[in-house]
Amino acid sequence: MIVRILGQGQLAIDSAATDELNALDAKVEAAVNASNEEAFRTAFCALLGRIRELGKPLDDAALEPSDLILPDEDATIEDVRKLLSDDGLIPG
Amino acid sequence: MSVMKRVTMIFRAKADKALDRMEDPRETLDYSYKQQLELLQKVRRGVADVATSRKRLELQMNQLQQSQNRLDKQARDALSAGREDLAREALTRKSGIGTQLADLETQYTNLQGEEEKLTLASQRLQAKVDSFRTRKETIKATYTAAEAQTRINEAFTGISEEMGDVGLAIQRAEDKTEQMKARAGAIDELMASGALDDVVSGSRDDIQAELDRMGSNRDVDLELERMKAELTGGSAPKELEGSAGQAGSAPAGAQPAEQPQAGDGA
Repeated sequence: MIVRILGQGQLAIDSAATDELNALDAKVEAAVNASNEEAFRTAFCALLGRIRELGKPLDDAALEPSDLILPDEDATIEDVRKLLSDDGLIPG
Repeated sequence: MSVMKRVTMIFRAKADKALDRMEDPRETLDYSYKQQLELLQKVRRGVADVATSRKRLELQMNQLQQSQNRLDKQARDALSAGREDLAREALTRKSGIGTQLADLETQYTNLQGEEEKLTLASQRLQAKVDSFRTRKETIKATYTAAEAQTRINEAFTGISEEMGDVGLAIQRAEDKTEQMKARAGAIDELMASGALDDVVSGSRDDIQAELDRMGSNRDVDLELERMKAELTGGSAPKELEGSAGQAGSAPAGAQPAEQPQAGDGA
């Protein structure tokens, strides 16, 4: 499985970790839905931290599409919402 | 649905939409490559813009630092002249500048971080664009519609994801530089108005004026004392000056011996 952290490149992670990451992601989702910035920060940092622990950076020249994409630590709930909004932040 | 999956889907949807617009897959490759080169230009400009902003900030921080040093010296001068009120005023202004400076330092660190991120993003994009170009030529050379489509889609999705990512980084950097420009402009205006800096800016420098006035009073007093002494005491000061001059020239007698040596060396 390939994960992209926005602004920081891609990481390859063993698919065995999917369930664990999904559980962490569920907490992020809950915090976003509850607009709880503090819970979001804790859950989001935990998720990113685990991804970095497990992941091996992909070569810069790799042209692999990612299975999962998520923002970096700087992101707030507001940023995440913007990413998810219809016209999104993503240019192009 | 999970946050990660939704973000991923949005990125993927953008790539798919762009792919659908193309009739001939090979056309997709060339078109995408052109866009990649444009984006590379843009990200490099972004790096340069952030660097410019950072340098401007550096300049302002230096100016504020100088103001601080000067106010510090003024406070000392005032205090040694027994003017605690002036010293207090100078220190108050120094502390105000210190607050501004601390704020700018935070901004500076932020901007440095942004510059680093953007530089890395530009390097990553460059590596991917190079790799895309190679793959593009291979696909075109061995083109058979059926098998090429999948490979084209793969390469395209991979690169367009990176482009979306870099695009976001550029936007963010642009936002921050805009904020910095506004802020730097405001500080320039403050400096020009003298509100931050009036202590050091020539005629508006009331603390320095007061210190100068006190200093020149002291000089005038000394000069007066000397004149009075000349008129009344007569030769005593002159003799002192004369002996001082002789004492100065006595050790100089050793120097002529050394001078030729210096000449030889040269």
